[in-house]
Amino acid sequence: MDVPELNKPAGSMSKVSNALSRRGLLQGTAIGASAMLLAACSSKSGGPTAAADKSTSQKSLRVDGKETYRNVSGQDFPLLDKFTYDSGIKVTFTNQVDDDNLYYQEVRSQLQKGEDIGADAAVLADWMAAKWSRLGYIQPIDSKSISNFNNVSLTFRNSSGGPLVPGTMPWRAGITGIAWNKEYLPDGLTSISQLWDESLHGRVGAMSSLRETMGLIMLDRGVDISSGDWGDKEFSEAVDFLRPLVTNGQLRSIKGDKYKDDLVKVSTIASIARAGDIQDLNQQAGKEKWGFGIPDKGGVLWADVAVVPIGSTHAANAARFINYYYRQDVAVQVAATTGFISPVTIRSNQLSTLPSEVSRNVTIFPTDAVMKTVKMFRQLTPDEEQRFTAQFQSILLAASS
Amino acid sequence: MAFGAFATGVAREQGPRRKSRIALLLLLPGILYLMLFFLVPLISLVLTSLQEPIPNGDIGEYQTAFRWENYADVIGTYGEHILRSFIYAILATIFALLFSYPLAYFIGVKARRWPLVQNLLLVLVIAPFFISFLLRTLAWKSILSDEGFVISGLKALSLMAPDAHFTGTAASVIFGLTYNFIPFMTLPLYSTLERLDTRLLEAGGDLYANPAKTFFRVTIPLSMSGIVSGVLLTFIPAAGDYINASRNFLGGSGTAMIGNVIESNFLVTLNYPAAAALSIILMAVILVMVTAYVKRSGTEDLL
Repeated sequence: MDVPELNKPAGSMSKVSNALSRRGLLQGTAIGASAMLLAACSSKSGGPTAAADKSTSQKSLRVDGKETYRNVSGQDFPLLDKFTYDSGIKVTFTNQVDDDNLYYQEVRSQLQKGEDIGADAAVLADWMAAKWSRLGYIQPIDSKSISNFNNVSLTFRNSSGGPLVPGTMPWRAGITGIAWNKEYLPDGLTSISQLWDESLHGRVGAMSSLRETMGLIMLDRGVDISSGDWGDKEFSEAVDFLRPLVTNGQLRSIKGDKYKDDLVKVSTIASIARAGDIQDLNQQAGKEKWGFGIPDKGGVLWADVAVVPIGSTHAANAARFINYYYRQDVAVQVAATTGFISPVTIRSNQLSTLPSEVSRNVTIFPTDAVMKTVKMFRQLTPDEEQRFTAQFQSILLAASS
Repeated sequence: MAFGAFATGVAREQGPRRKSRIALLLLLPGILYLMLFFLVPLISLVLTSLQEPIPNGDIGEYQTAFRWENYADVIGTYGEHILRSFIYAILATIFALLFSYPLAYFIGVKARRWPLVQNLLLVLVIAPFFISFLLRTLAWKSILSDEGFVISGLKALSLMAPDAHFTGTAASVIFGLTYNFIPFMTLPLYSTLERLDTRLLEAGGDLYANPAKTFFRVTIPLSMSGIVSGVLLTFIPAAGDYINASRNFLGGSGTAMIGNVIESNFLVTLNYPAAAALSIILMAVILVMVTAYVKRSGTEDLL
């Protein structure tokens, strides 16, 4: 265009080809956009179908799990060698599920297409597993096919005796309550309400997990979080209660696992916390620097569950592994090693095989009395999940709604 | 459109008239790269920003639509965060410039006589690049924690209230942004000042200009290309940064920037259209601001 025309025919050709290339570019862009549009529109046709099982011919299993408190050289699961020896199934155990949301983002497109995500079983938070179940991203595990499912505590079953989340198996659990720095608060704390005392202004931490933080606040407000007797009204009231505590600085921070750092650095001296985390911090400190208690109006019992992704070709191997995990002699060792509550009912004769300081640890082996003081957050409907998450996030971001 | 601002307006040199297939072939990888990693993601981002929830669908399920209200919604809900991001980024850029200019001037002009010192200082500026961005920010979080020696010392000297804290505040986030982007500001400034002809400064003095006047009339104009490059290299990433403002690093709930909001919408609430709309808004505002800045500073031909 800026090039002077030296002769007419060549100039004409140049203009024509330039015009064509511009048009071509526009056409190409339009075609590209249309293709993406079509791709986006076509992604919702039917749900994924389960992959064919190859467990009989392929004796392997990959489990994507979460980190544990006693994680030593990747040995998250004791007695793996014995399972492999007995079954011939070679198990690879990873800590891929660092964060449920991030893990979901990583595998979402494969799950939508029913493809193999690489893991034959994954350990997820119960709410994330419920989402996978709703969307048809799992191969349901029939509890009747797991003979040792009878060993699973009633706490981790639904009213008809099956697992809490349909098609999944309870894997591990923990208790969330309140922690305090014994040096600053030698008398300890007994209720969530004490966290809002003026004397603790700017020294209180909370967790960015909706079910744990909101669960404790709702329990403190007299709501039975495990029942279906509450809804938007109760949740919104709890959110409205929490919001000013964040904006006025009473709550110094609301974080994921990093809330522990704030306790260690004494940025906070009291916090909503997990029992296992506090025990771990005390072990690292070499002394009982922090106290932990279940609030007088109740603590939150949370659970992770095992699922078999829709694209797994080793569902039977996974079921066999879970069945092995539900053996009482195995479950007691796993709980003692990992530091999490087992969903399996541990009998006293199994506990006696452990050192007394471990078997008496109620954060790993809670007594019936302890279990009566904690509640599980009920399963939310997709609409509730969307609304409640948005409300809770608006507090974390100090947004208007 | 904004790229037009970078055009010089000078008559272009006459290029070869005959089309060369080899030239086209050589261009092909670059064009494909741009198509795959810029154009396609950009179109995808725009399409995502206009999606609407599937009726009775699960969380994070959206369908193709042209829901322009998404933009109004995110501006209404997160307008404060958008504004805060740019205020923080502008302040961090100004502080980085104020810190970096004397440093770059010293290394590039004053230290010319001592090449060893010059190289040593340059290494000190570049050294933070060798350490992870996350680790550096975490280190500052520890240093500036309530029990750290800095805050404890300030409290001991009664320069801070006993219950005051630094992390989680706006000052802490701006400090983090400034610190982390100082090398991005210093190096372009150094590369310009290192070539500064000091005889021009002497000439300024010979013409009875005082040092301040010489600085503003000679040194600054001659180093303007470095200032523009440094400002762009600092401001653009700082506006979209989400590490420093994160609650897990130097920020708190009241300091969330647009990057934190995008992260929350994308990873937690699974509101992909909102996250995409915010990303487009961030890009558009940066583009407008950078274009205006470049035009204003009269350095279009330097870019």
